[in-house]
Amino acid sequence: MNDLSAPSQITYRAVPVRPAVARRIRGLSDQALAWLFITPTIVLLLAINIFPLMWTIYLSFTNFRANRANAPTIWLGTDWYQSILTDPDIWAAMQVTAHFVIWTVLIETVLGFGLALLIDKKFRGHGMWTTIILLPMMLSPAVVGNFWTFLYQPQIGLFNYVVAFFTGRDASSFQMLGDVTLSPWAIVIVDAWMWTPYVMLICLAGLRSIPDYIYEAAEVDRASNWRQFWSITLPMALPFIMLAVLFRGIENFKMFDMVNLLTGGGPGSTTEVASITLKRAAFESWRTGYSSAFAIILFVTVFGLANIYVKALNRVKNR
Amino acid sequence: MSVANAAHSVVEPSAGTRRFAGLLVILYAIITMIPLVWIVLTSFKSPDDAISYPPKILFKPSLEGYCNLFTTRSRQTPEFIQTLGPPQGLCDSIARSRNMVVAGPSNYVPRFVNSLIIAFGSTVLAVALGTLSAYGFSRFRVPLKDDLLFFILSTRMMPPIAVAIPIYLMYRTVGLSDTRLGMILLYTSVNVSLAVWLLKGFIDEVPREYEEAAMIDGYTRFQAFVKVVLPQATTGIAATAIFCLIFAWNEYAFAVLLTSGNAQTAPPFIPIIIGEGGQDWPAVAAGTTFFLVPIVVFTVLLRKHLLRGITFGAVRK
Repeated sequence: MNDLSAPSQITYRAVPVRPAVARRIRGLSDQALAWLFITPTIVLLLAINIFPLMWTIYLSFTNFRANRANAPTIWLGTDWYQSILTDPDIWAAMQVTAHFVIWTVLIETVLGFGLALLIDKKFRGHGMWTTIILLPMMLSPAVVGNFWTFLYQPQIGLFNYVVAFFTGRDASSFQMLGDVTLSPWAIVIVDAWMWTPYVMLICLAGLRSIPDYIYEAAEVDRASNWRQFWSITLPMALPFIMLAVLFRGIENFKMFDMVNLLTGGGPGSTTEVASITLKRAAFESWRTGYSSAFAIILFVTVFGLANIYVKALNRVKNR
Repeated sequence: MSVANAAHSVVEPSAGTRRFAGLLVILYAIITMIPLVWIVLTSFKSPDDAISYPPKILFKPSLEGYCNLFTTRSRQTPEFIQTLGPPQGLCDSIARSRNMVVAGPSNYVPRFVNSLIIAFGSTVLAVALGTLSAYGFSRFRVPLKDDLLFFILSTRMMPPIAVAIPIYLMYRTVGLSDTRLGMILLYTSVNVSLAVWLLKGFIDEVPREYEEAAMIDGYTRFQAFVKVVLPQATTGIAATAIFCLIFAWNEYAFAVLLTSGNAQTAPPFIPIIIGEGGQDWPAVAAGTTFFLVPIVVFTVLLRKHLLRGITFGAVRK
C-alpha cells in the first residue's frame, strides 16, 4: 500500500508552496478539531464504561443491595474481598473456569492450527470452504447454546443419536447436559465447534506472513519437511498462535452466554464458571456489594494474566 | 512434496498434497455445518417429526414451526372449532388441525424489531463516533495518544457482568432501564472501541497527501475530511459497520440482565419460546433460522475483512 502511494507523495512534495500553505490551514484550529473529533467517544466511554467500573469498585466496599436501594449503606472495607478469597465455593468456580479455559484453548489451538496448515495448501475451492468453516464464530453464542441444547437432548437429539450410532450405546443412556462428568465436556465441544475457526483464521494470517524465500532457502539446504515445520513454520507462526490464545483465553475467562443457556451452571455446580457465580450473586441473591467485589477480582485477574501474557508475546515477537 | 516439482516453485505444494488437504478441510466443514443444517431442517418439521427417534432426515416439510413462531395459539374443543368459519390463512388451518385457534401475534416480531432498532442504532452511532475519533487519532498530534488508544481498547476486556450492576442502577436512576435508547447507548459504548481501532487502521491507509492536496485547493480541514478521506475509507467504514452490527445483533449478557420486555432483543427471547407441553423445537428452530439469515449474508460479504475485525485490526491479512 505504501509503495503504491509513493509516486503521489513525490508529486505533492514537489509543490513549493506546500509548507507555507499547510501551516496557514492547520494552525490552531487543527488542535481544536482533534479534540472535537475525539471527545465524544471519550465522554461516552467515561459515562458508560469507566463510571460504572468506578461505581463497582465503590460498591465492593459496602453492604449495598440493589433490591433494597433505600437501606442505609454501610462501609465495610475489604470484608467482601477477604470472604471471597477464602471461600471454597469461589475457588471451586475458579477451578471450573480454569479447566474450561485450558481445555477449550488447547483443543481450539491444535485443531485451528492444523486446519490453517491444510487451508494454506491452497487447494481448489479453499475460499468457499473457508467461508463455510468461519460461519459458527459469527453466530450469537446464546443462540448457539440454545440450539445445541436441542442437539444434546438424550431422546431426540442428533448428537446423542450420532454418538450412539458409532459407539453402539443406547442414545438415551447418557445425558450430555445432565451428567456430572459429561456436562463440562458438552460445553467444551460447543465452544470448540464455535471458536476453532477463529484460531484457524489468525493462524492462517500467520502462515501467510511467512515469506516464501525462507522455505526456498531451506529447500536448497535440503531440510526435511519435518525440519522445515519445526524450524520455520512453527516459530514464525508462534506470535499469531499466541495472539489467538490470548484473545480466546480472555473471552473464555468471561464466558457467560453459552454456559448460561447450555447448563446454567449445573448439574450441581459442575459447570459453574465464574461469570455464572457472579450472575447468581448479583441478579439472583442481589448481594450487590459481594458480587461487585467478585467482579473486581475477576477483572484484575484477567487483566493481570493478559499483561503477563502480552509481555511473553512481545518477547517472542522481538526474538 | 519433499522433492520440488520442476514446473512449480519449491514452496508450491504438490497436487496430491493439495487434494488431501482439501479433502480433510471439506470433511471438517461438513461436520461443522451439520448442526446448522439440522436447525434449519428442524424449522421445517412438524413438532412430531422434530422429536421423533431416530431423528428423521427425510420428512414431510411443514411450515408449522414458522406459524407457531409468529402466532400464539390456544387449545380449543373440536366442537368450538366446528362453530368457527373457514380458516383464515395457512397458519390458522395448521392450528385448527391440532384443535387450536390462532389467538394473536406472538412476541417474536417485536423482539426481532427491537434487535433491528438496537443493532442499527448503536452501529450508526458507534461508526459515526468511531470515524471521527479514528481520524483524530490518525491525523493529529493528540497528547497521550497511545494511552488513550489503550484505554479505549481496555474497555472491551471487562466482563459484561462486572459493569452490569452499576449500569442497571444508573439506568434505573435516569429512567433508561429496559428502553431501546439505553441499550443503544450501551452497545455503542461497547462497539466504539472496536470501531476506533479498526477505522484508525483503514484511515491510516488513506494517504495524507490527498487531504493536503484538497486543502491547497482551498478546502478546510473538515471539508477535506468529508470530501476526500471519507469516500476513500468507505469500504473500511462499511466493514466496521457490519462488525458492530453483528456484535449488537448477537449480544446476550447485557440483554438478558438489563431488559425484561419492552427493549428485549431476540437472543434472550428465542430460548424461552415454549409450546404446549414443553419446548416447541420447530418454533425455536424457526426463530433461530430467521435470526441467523442476516449473519450468514454478512459473513459472506465480510470474508475479506473478517480477520481484521475479530482481532481489532491487530492482525492484517
